[in-house]
Amino acid sequence: MIVEHATRSSRIGVGLIAIAVIVLASAPYWGDRQTLRLLAEMFTFIALASLWNLLAGYAGLVSVGQQAFVGLGGYVLFALAILFDVNPILAIVVAGPIGGLVAIPVALLIFRLRGAYFAIGTWVVAEVFRLLASQLSVLGGGSGISLPASMVLAMAPSRQIREFEMYWLALFLTLATLAAIFVLLRSRHGLALTAIRDNELAAQSTGIGVWSIKFAVYVLTAFGTAMIGAFIFLQKLRISPDTAFSVNDWTAFVIFIAVIGGIGRIEGPIIGTIVFFALRQTFAGLGSLYLLMMGAVAIVVMLWAPKGLWGMIVERLGWQILPLQRHLVLRKKDVRGKS
Amino acid sequence: MPDGPLLEINAIDAFYGDFQALFGVSLGVGAGQVVAVIGANGAGKSTLLKCIAGLMHPSRGEILFENTPTTKMPTFEALKHGIALVPEGRRLFPSLTVEENLLIGGQSRRPGPWTLTRIYELFPVLAERRNLPAPTLSGGQQQMAAIGRALMSNPRLLLCDEISLGLAPIVVRDIYARLPQITAEGLSLVIVEQDIVQALRAASHVYCLQEGRVALQGNARELTREKISAAYFGV
Amino acid sequence: MQWLNVIVQGVLIGGLYAMFAAGLSLIFGVMRLVNIAHGDLIVLAAYVSLIITQALGMDPLTSLVLVVPIMALIGYALQRGLLNYTLGDDLLPPLLVTFGLSIIIQNGLLELFTADSRKLQAGAIEIQTFKLAQDLWIGALPLIQFAVAVAVIAGLQLLFYRTALGRALRATSDDQPVAQLMGLDTRHVFAVAMALSLAVIAVAGVFLAVRANFDPAIGPARLIFAFEAVIIGGLGSMWGTLAGGIILGVSQAIGAQIDPGWQLLAGHIVFLVILAVRPQGLFPKVSG
Repeated sequence: MIVEHATRSSRIGVGLIAIAVIVLASAPYWGDRQTLRLLAEMFTFIALASLWNLLAGYAGLVSVGQQAFVGLGGYVLFALAILFDVNPILAIVVAGPIGGLVAIPVALLIFRLRGAYFAIGTWVVAEVFRLLASQLSVLGGGSGISLPASMVLAMAPSRQIREFEMYWLALFLTLATLAAIFVLLRSRHGLALTAIRDNELAAQSTGIGVWSIKFAVYVLTAFGTAMIGAFIFLQKLRISPDTAFSVNDWTAFVIFIAVIGGIGRIEGPIIGTIVFFALRQTFAGLGSLYLLMMGAVAIVVMLWAPKGLWGMIVERLGWQILPLQRHLVLRKKDVRGKS
Repeated sequence: MPDGPLLEINAIDAFYGDFQALFGVSLGVGAGQVVAVIGANGAGKSTLLKCIAGLMHPSRGEILFENTPTTKMPTFEALKHGIALVPEGRRLFPSLTVEENLLIGGQSRRPGPWTLTRIYELFPVLAERRNLPAPTLSGGQQQMAAIGRALMSNPRLLLCDEISLGLAPIVVRDIYARLPQITAEGLSLVIVEQDIVQALRAASHVYCLQEGRVALQGNARELTREKISAAYFGV
Repeated sequence: MQWLNVIVQGVLIGGLYAMFAAGLSLIFGVMRLVNIAHGDLIVLAAYVSLIITQALGMDPLTSLVLVVPIMALIGYALQRGLLNYTLGDDLLPPLLVTFGLSIIIQNGLLELFTADSRKLQAGAIEIQTFKLAQDLWIGALPLIQFAVAVAVIAGLQLLFYRTALGRALRATSDDQPVAQLMGLDTRHVFAVAMALSLAVIAVAGVFLAVRANFDPAIGPARLIFAFEAVIIGGLGSMWGTLAGGIILGVSQAIGAQIDPGWQLLAGHIVFLVILAVRPQGLFPKVSG
């Protein structure tokens, strides 16, 4: 007997993904500047939503404070680049481990809270980061700071090449994030996470170290979120406490994407991002009315389709794009020789 | 006195998800009657009481209380009809004192003979502990409080789910000794028990459930030990 | 003397924070629901008072006569129509639904009232002060607000422990199915609890509106203050919540005195320290 992951739909899915990646990677050759920016933005949201999904949908840790790490990553980048003259791309790589390190004492503190109180605790942490950032006058204090023109020019020979580089960096970071999540979920720890997702109490009774897994997932998610955050603000070329730690941008939209797409399924955030951006392009002019609508849609989905769009599809059709299911396959030699 | 039985259960099936707990169970309780439902663990006795009280709903069959269908009745309407349940395991409200537990039993203000004073006369030990938090009482005292709480609603039908569970025999005897006082005004009783001796002594009519089916029913005085054993264990 | 003044001001605003917290704590106690839109509902109450004072020419404190019932009704409808459906074992639905609600309220208010800062005028009482001691003055309004906060909390305690409604609320939070066996329609009981919470929010919102500038975006910060007061004070105890609010208020006041930019940070730091050192809070109710 062996454990197989793939199903027919996932074999097709993997093929489709490979094609999609090739198409996307070649976008600088067929897409215009606006398209590249839009795609890059979508990639970052897919990454952020996937990380949030891992935290909330698999580890059961609902955070409304991930903006703490987005902003932290951004500020680490600007600090390294401006104060220590570090290459911005290198700074992105460094932002990850720093995010992870900061997450350790944070987790030790807020893991004392449970459920919804934990969620608010994450929000408080983000607020603390925001307030601390406002105190950093060397990085612009409350009004923020821009990346010096000299650094921007030093990144690439021309603006167009710089934008191509940013695009590929976004694609790469997102694929790396998704790949890391996929590998984790395929592993033994991933099985434990799926068990925790399905029924935490039962998972605990099988001897899974629930607390340490949750702790590890929180730290790893912070790692990834900080890196994405560093990239986001590198692309924006400017950072301020309010934009870096914005609840709307980095939590509300991310949660919306995850809920619409389907929490607890790896494909969910991808579907959710597509829907979110489709809605945004359509209703862009409406301002706060758009956000209001988004909140209403999230409520409706949560009550009537709690597994999100992808969850509904999975239930009806049993599809999966990525081979993550585990099913036992009986081979002939397992059956032969039994009376 | 209305014609016909107080409670009539006609061929109900009950499920917990995919698991079927009751198969075509029928049962009747007359006004002023004491009926015992006995059976092994998992036979479906508690499920039956839950269906009568509206905590669960049968997926087939019907339940009639005083000729009114109560099959799909929401739980909180049970009291309105005059059905009170003493839940398995007592389940007093831990945040409330003994007296508050009794008072909340009577919060619907149904008219009838049972008042706080009368409950304290029936169970004097509760009066001594009236202002103590419910969880501080012993098992037997909690059982008395749970019965008192149910009586406070002045029901027509009192359902008792395994009141002997976890209690010392002398305490069980003490509680059962007061049953005649409880039924004196014509209250009907359904007693679910694993303690067959007490159940048979208290009841006039007995139903024995075995794996969700009525295996035996009859007059308590007429049924022999052998018949009951056979029905209980499904031999 | 200056420090004494600072502490007194901190204590007084602590009363307001305790009122923010009381509504949150009540709902959590009765139905284990944490309402992420709590702060935004406080702001909503402020705007309701704004409409009423403008339309009817009342002063804000009098408008409470209308704002409280209106908010209570909103609370009942909200629970019955929406939040009752999120209750259950799963953590995500109530959290995400109330989060969505928070976004809706903030943006709805933004659409209706713009982002302009408002403030309600309570009239002469706003500038009235009492002299307590040499160099120690207390504003009449903060004092009234503190007294109201204490009264509200005392009132809630009384309600919970000495009335039939309070019994029903405690019983329902203990054991929902058995409460139903007692004839309590728990959908209605939960809705009454939410109505109560929003009534308290209404009082808090009006006092907030009189005391300081408000705009649609300040809700989340109020939620955080409420939450911090509850955690500092300890879950399950109304008087603990009052203590938590006072400690938070005093921390913020001391922080602000050191450096205006440190006001909020000081409060958060005290909260985090308490979380680290005594996570159950300072005066938690011992579970029965």
